[in-house]
Amino acid sequence: MIKAILIFNNHGKPRLIRFYQYFAEDMQQQIIRETFHLVSKRDDNVCNFLEGGSLIGGSDYKLIYRHYATLYFVFCVDSSESELGILDLIQVFVETLDKCFENVCELDLIFHMDKVHYILQEVVMGGMVLETNMNEIVAQVEVQNRMEKSEVSLFLDR
Amino acid sequence: MALKIVKGSIDRMFDKNLQDLVRGIRNHKEDEAKYISTCIDEIKQELKQDNIAVKANAVCKLTYLQMLGYDVSWAAFNIVEVMSSSKFTYKRIGYLAASQCFHESTDVIMLTTNQIRKDLSSPNQYDTGVALTGLSCFVTPDLARDLANDIMTLMSHTKPYIRKKAVLIMYKVFLKYPESLRPAFPRLKEKLEDPDPGVQSAAVNVICELARRNPKNYLSLAPLFFKLMTSSTNNWVLIKIIKLFGALTPLEPRLGKKLIEPLTNLIHRKIHIFSSHKMLCSQSHLIVSLSRIAVLISLSSGMPNHSASIQVMKYLGLLAMSKILKTHPKSVQSHKDLILQCLDDKDESIRLRALDLLYGMVSKKNLMEIVKKLMLHVDKAEGTTYRDELLTKIIDICSQSNYQYITNFEWYISILVELTRLEGTRHGHLIASQMLDVAIRVRAIRVFAVAQMATLLDNAHLLTGNMQRMGICEVLYAAAWICGEFSEHLENPMQTLEAMLRPKVATLPGHIQAVYVQNAAKLFATVLKNQEGNTDSTAAQETSQLMIDRLPLFVQSANLEVQERASCILQLVKYIQKLQQKDVEVAEEVCALFAGELNPVAPKAQKKVPVPEGLDLDAWINEPPSESESEDEQPKAIFAKEEPKHSRPRHTEVDEKELARRREARKQEQANNPFYIKASPSSQKAYQEAPGVEHIPVVQIDLSVPLKVPGLPMSDQYVKLEEERRQKERADKKKKEKKKRKEKRSGRGRKHDSGPESEEDITPAHMVDIVTEEMPENALPSDDDDKDPNDPHKALDIDLDKPLADSEKLPVRAHRAAEAPKSPAEDGEAENAASQEPKKKSSKEKREKKKDKDRDRKVRIKWQKDYKSSKHKKKKQKKEKEEKEKKKKKKHHHHHHHSDGGGEESVQNGTVEEEEPLPVSVYDIQGNLQDGSQVVVSVIFENKCDSFLKSMEFNVLDSLNSKLQRPEGSGPHDGLTVPFQLPPGVSNEARFVFTVQSIVMPQKLKGTLTFIVKNEDSSTHEKLDFKLHFTCTSYLITTPCYSDAFAKLLESGDLKCSSVRLEGVIMPFHHLLARICFHHHFSVVERIDSCASMYSRSIQGHHVCLLVKTSGQTVSIDAKCDEPTLLGNVLDEIKQTFSQC
Repeated sequence: MIKAILIFNNHGKPRLIRFYQYFAEDMQQQIIRETFHLVSKRDDNVCNFLEGGSLIGGSDYKLIYRHYATLYFVFCVDSSESELGILDLIQVFVETLDKCFENVCELDLIFHMDKVHYILQEVVMGGMVLETNMNEIVAQVEVQNRMEKSEVSLFLDR
Repeated sequence: MALKIVKGSIDRMFDKNLQDLVRGIRNHKEDEAKYISTCIDEIKQELKQDNIAVKANAVCKLTYLQMLGYDVSWAAFNIVEVMSSSKFTYKRIGYLAASQCFHESTDVIMLTTNQIRKDLSSPNQYDTGVALTGLSCFVTPDLARDLANDIMTLMSHTKPYIRKKAVLIMYKVFLKYPESLRPAFPRLKEKLEDPDPGVQSAAVNVICELARRNPKNYLSLAPLFFKLMTSSTNNWVLIKIIKLFGALTPLEPRLGKKLIEPLTNLIHRKIHIFSSHKMLCSQSHLIVSLSRIAVLISLSSGMPNHSASIQVMKYLGLLAMSKILKTHPKSVQSHKDLILQCLDDKDESIRLRALDLLYGMVSKKNLMEIVKKLMLHVDKAEGTTYRDELLTKIIDICSQSNYQYITNFEWYISILVELTRLEGTRHGHLIASQMLDVAIRVRAIRVFAVAQMATLLDNAHLLTGNMQRMGICEVLYAAAWICGEFSEHLENPMQTLEAMLRPKVATLPGHIQAVYVQNAAKLFATVLKNQEGNTDSTAAQETSQLMIDRLPLFVQSANLEVQERASCILQLVKYIQKLQQKDVEVAEEVCALFAGELNPVAPKAQKKVPVPEGLDLDAWINEPPSESESEDEQPKAIFAKEEPKHSRPRHTEVDEKELARRREARKQEQANNPFYIKASPSSQKAYQEAPGVEHIPVVQIDLSVPLKVPGLPMSDQYVKLEEERRQKERADKKKKEKKKRKEKRSGRGRKHDSGPESEEDITPAHMVDIVTEEMPENALPSDDDDKDPNDPHKALDIDLDKPLADSEKLPVRAHRAAEAPKSPAEDGEAENAASQEPKKKSSKEKREKKKDKDRDRKVRIKWQKDYKSSKHKKKKQKKEKEEKEKKKKKKHHHHHHHSDGGGEESVQNGTVEEEEPLPVSVYDIQGNLQDGSQVVVSVIFENKCDSFLKSMEFNVLDSLNSKLQRPEGSGPHDGLTVPFQLPPGVSNEARFVFTVQSIVMPQKLKGTLTFIVKNEDSSTHEKLDFKLHFTCTSYLITTPCYSDAFAKLLESGDLKCSSVRLEGVIMPFHHLLARICFHHHFSVVERIDSCASMYSRSIQGHHVCLLVKTSGQTVSIDAKCDEPTLLGNVLDEIKQTFSQC
């Protein structure tokens, strides 16, 4: 199970947070801070796994992260997930974002947090991996975007 | 043109969308909080508008603010509104917001059930999809129960997109509603072979999650998964399946062999899957060796092109090794050097992993070497977390399985002492407990340990000098205790005593000082013993003087424990000094104070004491007396003249005997006890000989003793020594083998077997006797100690192979169709009520004879609280209750504190009176008596304030006699949830069942009603205290009786007689009778002029007969009953009724 997905930038500013277990807002912020603190001090050429986030999970949980330019993508998972699998999943997620936003950059995530959420919803659902096939994900997202557009234009035409 | 107008209005409405909000926040870096608070105000305005588009926009912005850490739960209702929009765009926004901020205790969730059900059955697959996604994040047990059937239907939806989501969400449903697992499982199994790979993957995912916790229930699926593994090409599915097999193989060893071939194939295909799946499933050596190859590849070569991926492989290799270690430790141990190298890695994750591995790799042979390496790392390590981790690992490694691998405890003690040098460690406590443990349990080491601890104490300033090292001063706790407890081993106890009484000690934390003081006393005893042997008695007296001089410092301590111990010991020493001055030998007696040895007791020992056969802990040892004994239930007025029926005298007699015996024993003991201070004429004299100046001891600092600074790395010496010793031993053995002559070497214990040196051949340096922790005799072996009772997966441990029973159906919507038109709030309420009712019924216990079933009865219960009388409104409900109501009304208008009946005192509840317009009012209670031991109390709650009341909990403090019936599984102090909420001005009735044992006495039960008052902007938690008054009359049931039966009853002679006279009753006789009938549940048997006979019966079948006569204003009542106590109380209550009119 995935317990949480956090995206924050090099300064620890959250860009997307998705907890699959309830935490109060202040606790969420604390977790983000702690995770940022743990992840940011690691070199880029060390491994992508971290144990010992004290706030989130415990011994059974791992932080698996990837660092892309200005953004950290952190998945907090328990032992039922494969480490390499999740690394792969992060890659799939980022590539999907890249396809949907066309050369995604941090600004896209900043201004379209909702859209990023909708894409993530097609990849992970309730803490479990829903789809790993990028083409399938992109197709579903696009259909829904088209639906949204048609609804808005319908509304304006009326 | 029209379009333009619409557009314009839209622009105005959308004056700030998400992008604008983000931009605004970025432009207000300095006063972000202020800007956001204005934005929130705007959002609140927007939420008030009717336009759903505006609302959706506002909710979207709130989702963003939630990410920044703002609590947006106040908008939960608006989120539900947006969720229920018919437009996909808005619905999606609503569900997203809900999934971000709803959780189990969000109360509006119960409003969403019908909306979600509607969305699930929507013709648009994306509406359904969005609802499923949202639901997966905030599903509650209620939602799971209500929607399980709908979701199960979706598992066979035509669109794979819905199918896979429905399959996946089932796992969440199972977690919240375990009953759904068995009915849903066949379909889930079916989905493993779904034509769509996505659905298949989802099903594998769910089953893997389920099987991970309870693998044995899923063994039967192994063939199916085996097929999938050989056919699937989806990496995700493969990884999950291999993980699943990892959980299954320990249960079914044959699987391991079967798996070898397909796994090897997979390895050839994709090496990375292989190293990621952890070879837990490896039961055969072949796989282990394969994995070793893989590990080696990953550790040493890796992929040269990218350093990060090497790190990844390294990490995974170590992880895999730790799994292999559990089953095949030998194959990992050969990689020791490789793993030790990893300790030098720059990556902390890899270092920690390597440390983990080392834990499993140590043996007697390599322990010292490994720990030495670790100690080097401790010195080098930067960052306290890693260093602390190293420290705990060292201790873990050494202490594992009862110090199995330690051959030389002197070495271990010196390692521990070295660890105390660590700066800023948090684990002082851990080191201290290790020191204590070793010193207590390894007898042979005590001499050495005591010497080391004495040095530590001597150099305490090194540990405490730096404030940052406060964590480490815990070690002094252990040091002081060891020195005190095993003081007979001390070389120079006087010096240690002096060290323990230094003024600096007063800066240590209180609990350590307390140990210092106590152990100073132990040391003192030892010192005295040594010194008294000498002819010169001044030394001993000087020691006492030292104590008397130093202890006052501790007597002044702010810490109670320190103060108490110090003053106690100070007085003791003063007395000893007095004796010393009279040349009395006291040492032996002082030592006796601390005689005896402490044995370690296993932490679980108490739990494991078996319950002796035939001992029933629930059975009464002495049957409780039949009368109620609860103190606060003894109303003074009613029982004032009632003679207590308990056979007290007998008790006191026994007590007296017992006391006398005890007194005698105590006297004996005191006579034999040398420490019992008897009054002696000489005591005053001793006081006069107060110590003079010459008694102040001059502490001699013996500089000839070299100060052993504990900082020196001593453990290295041991490593060398150990090496030498082993070599010597080996040589010795060879010699012995060759020449077979009698060896002369003495001292260390050795084994006499010869042969190639194996691990077992390493003999310990000392004959170590590790004292095992004490366990009770015939302790029960139990392995279930470590299971977490809160694990949600425990409920999912369900046998899935059993055929489905009829009762195991998911709740179907049709079942609840009748409730559908109701508002969702009512829906939830009805549900609660429905779920509570059967519980009550089923949990009935029939302890006493059951008679008079199903009779409706009135139990008069008074509710006492401090009303604001002006707010109190009356509402008539029961026709017969008029009078009583009047009475009560009067009381209420006369303000609070109405004492009634037994003169009980009302419970003050100041806050309610002052601030709240007394929101709850209960003025009438109906009792429903169902059988001899149960009383049903109906309570009407009326909300008289302007706020919404919710989460009401009704709780009553049980007495021995009367207990509130709670649903099974709840504790005796848990409250019962009132199954409804109260909007302002609304009243509702709730019923509570009480079990009553004895009915012969009236009772009062104290209770509390807690509830949440919810205003528009705030909600406060309030409580209301009340008392329930169960009168004896309330246990009577109006039963008709014929005169002949009545006469027979009176003649039988079983009935006890009692009578009462009422003066000054001015009312017609028939009124009087009516009153008795109405208030006290009697029926008139016969009436002749001013004389009448009446009858009633209690719920437990006691007959009560009255003969009422009146002459003028005097009424005399002669009564008979087979239970005199009951009769007395009933008569008192009748008297009360008439005294009030």
